Amino acid sequence: MAENTGTADMQTVAAEAGDDGVRRRDFINIAAVAAAGVGGIATLVPLISQMAPSADVLAESSTELDISAIQPGQAIKAVFRKQPVFVRNLTTKEIAEADAVPLSELRDPQTLAERTKEGHENWLITMGVCTHLGCVPLGAGEGENRGEFGGYFCPCHGSSYDTAARIRKGPAPKNLEVPPYEFTSDTVVKIG
Amino acid sequence: MTRLIGILVGLFFTVAVLWAFVTGAANYIAEPPAATAEHEFHRHPKELHLSSDGPFGTFDKQQLQRGFQVYKEVCSACHSLNHVAFRDLAALGYSEPEVKAIAAGFQVPGVDPNTGEETLRPGTPTDYFPKPYPNDIAARAANNNAVPPDLSLMAKARHNGPAYIYSLLTGFQDQPAELLKEFPEAKTPTGLHYNPYFANLNLAMAPPLTTTDQVSYGDGTKATVDQMAQDVSAFLLWTAEPKLEKRRQTGWPVLGFLLFATVLAYLAKQQVWADKKGKKG
Amino acid sequence: MSFPWANEYTPSHPVMKWVDEKLPLPRFVYNAVGAGYPVPRNLNYFWNFGVLAGFCLVLQIVTGVILAMHYAPNALVAFDSTEHIMRDVNWGWMLRYAHANGASAFFVVVYLHIFRGFFFGSYKAPREMIWLLGVVIFLLMMATAFMGYVLPWGQMSFWGAKVITGLFGAIPVIGEPLQIWLLGGYAPDNASLNRFFSLHFLLPFVIAAVVILHIWALHIPGSSNPTGVEVKTESDTVPFHPYYTAKDGFGLGVFLILYCAMLFFLPNALGHPDNYIPANPMSTPAHIVPEWYFWPFYAILRAFTADFLFFPAKLMGVLAMFSAILVWFFLPWLDNSPVRSGHFRPLFRKFFYVLMLDVLVLGYCGGAPAAEPYVMISQIATAYYFLHFLVILPIVSSIEKPEPLPYSITEAVLGSDDKAALKPAS
Repeated sequence: MAENTGTADMQTVAAEAGDDGVRRRDFINIAAVAAAGVGGIATLVPLISQMAPSADVLAESSTELDISAIQPGQAIKAVFRKQPVFVRNLTTKEIAEADAVPLSELRDPQTLAERTKEGHENWLITMGVCTHLGCVPLGAGEGENRGEFGGYFCPCHGSSYDTAARIRKGPAPKNLEVPPYEFTSDTVVKIG
Repeated sequence: MTRLIGILVGLFFTVAVLWAFVTGAANYIAEPPAATAEHEFHRHPKELHLSSDGPFGTFDKQQLQRGFQVYKEVCSACHSLNHVAFRDLAALGYSEPEVKAIAAGFQVPGVDPNTGEETLRPGTPTDYFPKPYPNDIAARAANNNAVPPDLSLMAKARHNGPAYIYSLLTGFQDQPAELLKEFPEAKTPTGLHYNPYFANLNLAMAPPLTTTDQVSYGDGTKATVDQMAQDVSAFLLWTAEPKLEKRRQTGWPVLGFLLFATVLAYLAKQQVWADKKGKKG
Repeated sequence: MSFPWANEYTPSHPVMKWVDEKLPLPRFVYNAVGAGYPVPRNLNYFWNFGVLAGFCLVLQIVTGVILAMHYAPNALVAFDSTEHIMRDVNWGWMLRYAHANGASAFFVVVYLHIFRGFFFGSYKAPREMIWLLGVVIFLLMMATAFMGYVLPWGQMSFWGAKVITGLFGAIPVIGEPLQIWLLGGYAPDNASLNRFFSLHFLLPFVIAAVVILHIWALHIPGSSNPTGVEVKTESDTVPFHPYYTAKDGFGLGVFLILYCAMLFFLPNALGHPDNYIPANPMSTPAHIVPEWYFWPFYAILRAFTADFLFFPAKLMGVLAMFSAILVWFFLPWLDNSPVRSGHFRPLFRKFFYVLMLDVLVLGYCGGAPAAEPYVMISQIATAYYFLHFLVILPIVSSIEKPEPLPYSITEAVLGSDDKAALKPAS
């Protein structure tokens, strides 16, 4: 409004009332602009949150799996949130290998026990998503390359995971993620 | 020149349309359109009062559950509910295990994990209500050549939808004697059913709600035909506009805020213009 | 820029100064809708609708781009994806209702803007180009709105597409191949839906470009005003900002209250129930009508029920419907009264009110079933429509005695203008 100096009007109604008038004028203008700002920001909420997962996507965010057919040493690839999840039935040898590794040697120190559920230590359930850049590691399928640590091997950039799916070599920073899951019975696991 | 051409073009259209008017009027006088049975006997929907009426209305969840029961036990035999998933039923006040149980009570299309053959499996909350017929041809074959329409959006797909559904369900009757007297050729054909709330008066659907206690309500409400029709109308309004409550709950604060902001904007405008007001304001 | 007393942009902050030297965008905005644009001081509330139309365009583009993130332009799933937006997408119901009712709001605002122009002679020299560009915008809006209405792929979408492309079938010789080419098939289907989606996404940006030209053209002579007397001196104008930004802010508030009341409490009142029925090529709805904003033109289309000379009725209807809008292009030359504003044109004013009533009657008939008495009423109303623009306006503008004009805007506002004494009154 400082720019209005050039619009002096011959018939200006009255000289500005004193300080009070000026303050009241400023207050109302600031309040009106502020209200417009608040309204504009509130409008952003739906405009932004519409990109978040919709109700049907959220509803599909849990998967129930029957694992009774997986023999020790075998693994399956299931789908959880449109991504692969590996369910591996570990052999006693694999469990022993994993337990033998000192935590100090690990990039992302975690014991096998921390990565499995009590009473179901042979069931290693992890996301099939390499923590480097999101490729699907090999090793869940029969005859696939399991890498030099006997777990999973990511062909994209050569990350190797051990039998507890912990990162041992290559660029990946973290162990394969263990999704939230629970055993609803001895043979059914609910992921998510 | 422009104006001269304009006048000629204008007269051309005017004469053409007036010619159409004269022709039409002459026809109208020579052969006044005959009255039709639809025109004289079709009725507007009856009054229906639901708790969701009005700008402050909200759904009566008990009623929606009863309406769902009517849909499940009566309507679902022929009518699909394509856009509704079992998980949506949580909005009717069902708990998660109840939703699961309801879903498991429906057989939905699935794939046998071992053979890959198409099969049926119990539903899960993420499944949608199964269709009663695999396709329109099957639906037509089973229903005297009429396809039972999907009901998910019925309450928005007709004028005054809930009242229309309610009136249709309670409006089956014998053809009035005056109708047959005036329009003998408009006698309801065999296999159709007279209903003055249906656009062409004769409906392929047989009266679906016929007897009291056709559905046994769990909440002790007496299941009269009128009650069941009201309940299923309320339920179908919910299936058509599930966000109705949220819409109104959002609308009031928005309007309140806008009113406040507009008053501020008015005051600010008056302030800005205070020194420019002339005699005429 | 066209007035010597326009404020010059003086950057108050060094950063703005730096930007202004490299790219004078701040200066451009300042001169377009800031304190650098002097505007007649006497604009009434009918002058709010231009800014509101601009707001509606932005609203439609924002909500439309968002809806396109969730909508699937495929005949198999288009209807379902629309319902997916309504049921599952976060706030999807609100965004879709905002877009659907936003289209109606856009047309309400634009119709008021156009009738403002009709009454106050905004189309007259030197503002012909603004008017012509405005008519172009209106035509583009109609095309965009029509194609948008097809997208949900309900019954009205499908049959609307069929009927409107059928208009082109009325053209002699090339009509039928043209219609098939437009649809990419013999009836509306996936090909039609996909191209309508593509164009519906594109055209709003074309509209935005023409709006920029429209505003550019406006800034050459400056805004018109209710007296129709051109700006003479600085006392006739006020800077756009803060005077008209404040007034437009208030107008926008009132608009938003009405719009949100529709959006949240009557979102389907302006829509047709049949569009909640999925498209069915085998069954036509009992009563096909376009959206309300096309009703006056639809009534004109249907008014031609009889062949005339060598013109079949169908062709006449199509010609008349397009001419009803095309005639606006010639308005600046059909009405050659030297006086702009209807306030000072007693005879013109009477006919203007008849035209308003006539268009409302046409609108009502266009939304009614194609039966008597609506067809006969719309025939009379159509006759008046063409008579008004093509016969009455040229004659009235020649024979009318206008009322005396004020010397200047300042005089009109304040009752006197010191400068008026120095010159003979015009």
